[in-house]
Amino acid sequence: MRIRENNVEQSDAFDETGNRQFQRIKQTAPAFILTFVIAIATWIVLSGKFDMFHMTLGVMSCLIVSFFSHNLLFYNTDIRRLPSAWLRFLYFFPWLIYQVFVANIHVMYLVFHPHMMDLIDPRIIQFKSRLKHPMSHFIFANSITLTPGTVTVHVSLLGNYSVHAIDTLSGEALPGDMEEKISRILDE
Amino acid sequence: MDIVIGFLLVCGLLFFTGGSIGILRFPDFYSRLHPAGKLDTMGLLLSLLAMAVYVMMDFSIASFLTGLKILLIVVIVFVTSPTATHAIVDAGVRAGLKPWTKEGGGGV
Repeated sequence: MRIRENNVEQSDAFDETGNRQFQRIKQTAPAFILTFVIAIATWIVLSGKFDMFHMTLGVMSCLIVSFFSHNLLFYNTDIRRLPSAWLRFLYFFPWLIYQVFVANIHVMYLVFHPHMMDLIDPRIIQFKSRLKHPMSHFIFANSITLTPGTVTVHVSLLGNYSVHAIDTLSGEALPGDMEEKISRILDE
Repeated sequence: MDIVIGFLLVCGLLFFTGGSIGILRFPDFYSRLHPAGKLDTMGLLLSLLAMAVYVMMDFSIASFLTGLKILLIVVIVFVTSPTATHAIVDAGVRAGLKPWTKEGGGGV
């Protein structure tokens, strides 16, 4: 009787560790697979050779890379929400390109204007953003640098931005529309 | 098709020229980074787009892969250029350089 109880306990304990391991694999596997897919796609584009030797080499090195760094690219993200986030990013990207284009025209206008010194009025402005995800902070800061007359100076993890604006007009537009659009990608 | 490529190349060169002149004309360190960070990115985007179109004109897998590589360069520049600009600005702020303003003057 005692032996059987012991056995039951043991198998329970085994079940639990097995279960925990299974949980861990279940958590890390999607990130691993996604990293592998991205790495192998990059390999194929960069190598451009489809024979056996190069493909085997690519699969092996991509396996090693994604084993070591699968938690680098998808750190602390919910994998199930990724596809929709990417779709929303694809929706956001043409708008960003358009904004970059407008920004460039504006800076070109300033550069070639004969009375440029009267037009510009550089200052550093501060504001607080309500974005939460670190990735959206990254996208937002880089988008600010790429668009109308503004360069991100400093971003704190809590969302305090300081931005160098070339004239008052482009400074006033922040955070505004762009933050709204980026918050729709990841935060909701 | 050649007309499109030529147009894109000329626009890209125009943006590059604007960037260089802007670096020379703007008053201080921080405002000089505006043309350096933006106009160069745009110029590179346009000229590399022209190259991608030129390479992909004959439809084969090899030229398609080359075009994809060029687009990969565009993506990498779009991520790294603002980050590098930000790093330079941050270094300036940490070193204590005051930005030039219309009223107060400030660092050059």
